[in-house]
Amino acid sequence: MKAFNRRDFLKVSGVTVAGLTLSQLGFDLTPVQAYAAELRTKGAKETPTICCYCSVSCGILVSTDKKGKVINSEGDPDHPISEGALCAKGASSYQIAVNDARLRKVRYRAPNSTQWKEVSWDWALDKIAANIKKSRDKSFVVKNNDGKVVNRTDGIASVGSAAMDNEECWLYQTFLRSLGLVYIEHQARI
Amino acid sequence: MTNHYIDFRNADVILNMGGNVAENHPVSFKWIEAACEKGATFIHVDPRFTRTSAKADIYVRLRSGTDIAFLGGMIKYILDNGLYDEFYVKNYTNATFILSDQYAFDDGLFAGYDPTKRSYDKSKWAYEKDEKGIPKRDMSLKHPRCVFQLIKKHYDRYTLQKVTTITGTPEDDLVKVYKTYGSTGRPDKAGTELYAMGWTQHTVGTQNIRAMCIIQLLLGNMGIAGGGVNALRGESNVQGSTDHALLFHIIPAYLPTPRAKLQTLADYNATTPKTNDPRSANWWQNRPKYLVSLLKSMFGEKATKDNDFGYSWLPKLEDTQNASWLNLFDEMYKGKFTGFLAWGMNPACSSANAGKVREAMTKLDWMVNVNVFDSETGSFWKGPGMDPKKIKTEVFQLPCAAFMEKEGSISNSGRWMQWRWKAANPPGDAMPDGEIMYDLMKKVKALYKKEKGAFPDPILNLKWDYETRGKLDIHAVAKEINGYDLTTGKLVANFTKLKDDGTTSCGNWLYSGSYTEDGNMAARRKKTDPTGLGLFPEWSWCWPVNRRIIYNRASVDLEGKPRNPAKAVIKWDAEAKKWVGDVPDGGWPPMGNDGFYPFIMKPDGVASVFGPGLADGPFPEHYEPLECPIEKNIMSSQRINPVIKIFEGGPDSFATCDPRYPFVCTTYRVTEHWQTGVLTRWLPWLVEAEPQVFCEMSQELAKLRGIGNGDKVLVETSRGKVEATAIVTLRLKPFVVAGQTVHLIGLPYHYGWLHPKDGGDSANLLTPTIGDPNTMIPESKAFMANVKKV
Repeated sequence: MKAFNRRDFLKVSGVTVAGLTLSQLGFDLTPVQAYAAELRTKGAKETPTICCYCSVSCGILVSTDKKGKVINSEGDPDHPISEGALCAKGASSYQIAVNDARLRKVRYRAPNSTQWKEVSWDWALDKIAANIKKSRDKSFVVKNNDGKVVNRTDGIASVGSAAMDNEECWLYQTFLRSLGLVYIEHQARI
Repeated sequence: MTNHYIDFRNADVILNMGGNVAENHPVSFKWIEAACEKGATFIHVDPRFTRTSAKADIYVRLRSGTDIAFLGGMIKYILDNGLYDEFYVKNYTNATFILSDQYAFDDGLFAGYDPTKRSYDKSKWAYEKDEKGIPKRDMSLKHPRCVFQLIKKHYDRYTLQKVTTITGTPEDDLVKVYKTYGSTGRPDKAGTELYAMGWTQHTVGTQNIRAMCIIQLLLGNMGIAGGGVNALRGESNVQGSTDHALLFHIIPAYLPTPRAKLQTLADYNATTPKTNDPRSANWWQNRPKYLVSLLKSMFGEKATKDNDFGYSWLPKLEDTQNASWLNLFDEMYKGKFTGFLAWGMNPACSSANAGKVREAMTKLDWMVNVNVFDSETGSFWKGPGMDPKKIKTEVFQLPCAAFMEKEGSISNSGRWMQWRWKAANPPGDAMPDGEIMYDLMKKVKALYKKEKGAFPDPILNLKWDYETRGKLDIHAVAKEINGYDLTTGKLVANFTKLKDDGTTSCGNWLYSGSYTEDGNMAARRKKTDPTGLGLFPEWSWCWPVNRRIIYNRASVDLEGKPRNPAKAVIKWDAEAKKWVGDVPDGGWPPMGNDGFYPFIMKPDGVASVFGPGLADGPFPEHYEPLECPIEKNIMSSQRINPVIKIFEGGPDSFATCDPRYPFVCTTYRVTEHWQTGVLTRWLPWLVEAEPQVFCEMSQELAKLRGIGNGDKVLVETSRGKVEATAIVTLRLKPFVVAGQTVHLIGLPYHYGWLHPKDGGDSANLLTPTIGDPNTMIPESKAFMANVKKV
């Protein structure tokens, strides 16, 4: 049986695209498939996680190479709900990690500006904190029209997020309520 | 969900109504197939023929927005044909309760309606009570004012002929569904309902679900394996984010938000649910323990008995204030807010009447948008029709980690809390959301410490000590959520250990038990299944207290014997005096003739076939959608839900029976994209599969409008317009409603102007600002539109 390397495999695939079917090439594909399967995760580390899309919460195994780069994602066969299956979205989740369009920098758009400017975390968080304080101090209501103590920030609203982990959601609501916000909403309402 | 995904396989009849499970929750479909392989019947009821319909044993079509008429007819069928589970109805529901003589229903209105306020005085829907204050019951179900007789009377009006006229569903199809689903009223049969936004996104959304609850209770399908009313929720952690109260009306674990009239902790605790019935466990009586423990988690040692544990530091809403989504953006449009945080969301595409939302964002001084990719929200200022030079809003776009780039837990619809491990670092400067908010709050605290400012107490007193070596430690937060015994410093075992004296802390009582001295329960991966029902009690963890099927005490008889021994969720071991199987809804002995009733979260201890707590009536009643194709409601003189809040003027307009907008329009999802596409529109494989917005229509409508498959069309409502590619299909058919032909069109709402370049804009530019009166979820599933060839 002929031994295949990755380059040969790609050549075969290329021929397929050119219009020939694999069976027309006249050789056994089993070793090719076996080799391809081995390649994807050879020397890789598998980390279990749960899909980020719908609420079925399928198990996903994410493979990373020695440098820590995501090289594959696939269904977790041990997961009792999904048993290794994934839908089109879950199966594409690798492309979230490896994607040139990902936001990599903190960006700031000044009032009336036509463009983004890249800024540092420190600069942005300092400025947001100052904005929060300014809006809060300006709109804070200690007592309402009936003289009842309400200790409420009326000038800031928040939406988000069901895309966050439980611990982040709890931390976020704690953060917002300590600031006095009451306009707190997210995906569950829509 | 009352049950969970794997449990679908235990059902004899599965009804998917108000959803499209095969396309929107694809992997869960394997459990429907598993049920069908064992002989179960799968029914799909939906306005559109989808891939779910293609796999159904019975597919039935109905007009968008007429589910209550359809289900009202089913209630009548079940009662007329004696298909209900009499034991269950008498013992485990409020069907036996007798109403006061003030209750009435006439021509679409319940007693107590005030047309000027557009609201009800719910005291007219009260029970008659005995001298001890316990609701009076008639166990024979014959009293003319008992709930059972009033259900009969109410739904007697939903005749097959009337239901057909409203829904456009042929009578034969109705009977086929009613008969099949009604067959699950026997103790040895289970029926389950799976719904999604197809039920919630209506001005009668809550009552759609209530109608199904009545059916499930009449048939004895709650609390059993293969039963339940199961919401297939849309986001991986929308269950968890709801549990943790990222909503205006609740604080963590479903405690109501404090209101102005509740000035002190004692005022708040005086509203704790009460019962006079010694047989009602009334679990919510423990609420004061949960609130004090939450305040201890928030404010730590600063929360003391002398300062009401910091209760005054929590913001108070006005007594009747509704700060929900549609009101929030209405206020933003009117200029109420200077600041806005859009954290992990894309409201510029996800909100109903998205054009209004985009305009509202121009009124802000500043906005923070946190996301994995750029979005129409973060970049709203350069969107269609916007002139950046005229928009004052400062925008901060913060890059966050994706799900495999951080550690933490999420909760699925079946309430399974599953741990995710970190596989890789986020790219560039991106950080996990938790670290961003943690660092931001540290800066806010420092600012208030240095400069003081308006009422700094809650900010300075906030316990914010979840870091290890200067970085947020997510395990420390998970432990805080579980709660501590503050006298020993040990993690509490579960919420039964919580106290109202400040000696315990707990961030969310429903999650108490998830991270104990035995470790991180959500991270468990052991696949034991002792009941054989697929409960997997040692895989992850499930709230509450790892109970996999809630209300499970309703699955047994008065002696604790399973009513369906072949699928026993729990059973009482009389010798050992304990329950075996799933974690029971309370460990007390079986109900017998003097024990606790099974529905322990309800003040009366039984399930509500009569629901006096809702804004729009104790029984679901059919009303037309705000925008509808027929002049008159066939059921009554009330065309629309009489208590919905109408937004008028400016960007909010509506059109009913208006020849300019003659077609019923609905929005939906496809398998290959998710929500506004904020993630999926950036992934090459998925964009290749579903590259652009399309509008589906029937062959009949296409012929009428001279539209060919693949043509560019313009879909228009009184609020906005969207260009789309026409898909002319057999999957959609015209309906005959009240003697006239009604056409349906539909669009997915996954797209936005930003990316991909020729993908088209959001279908939510079309949808109206109108919400269900209980939840304020927008009516995105039924509105009126026009479609024409471009």
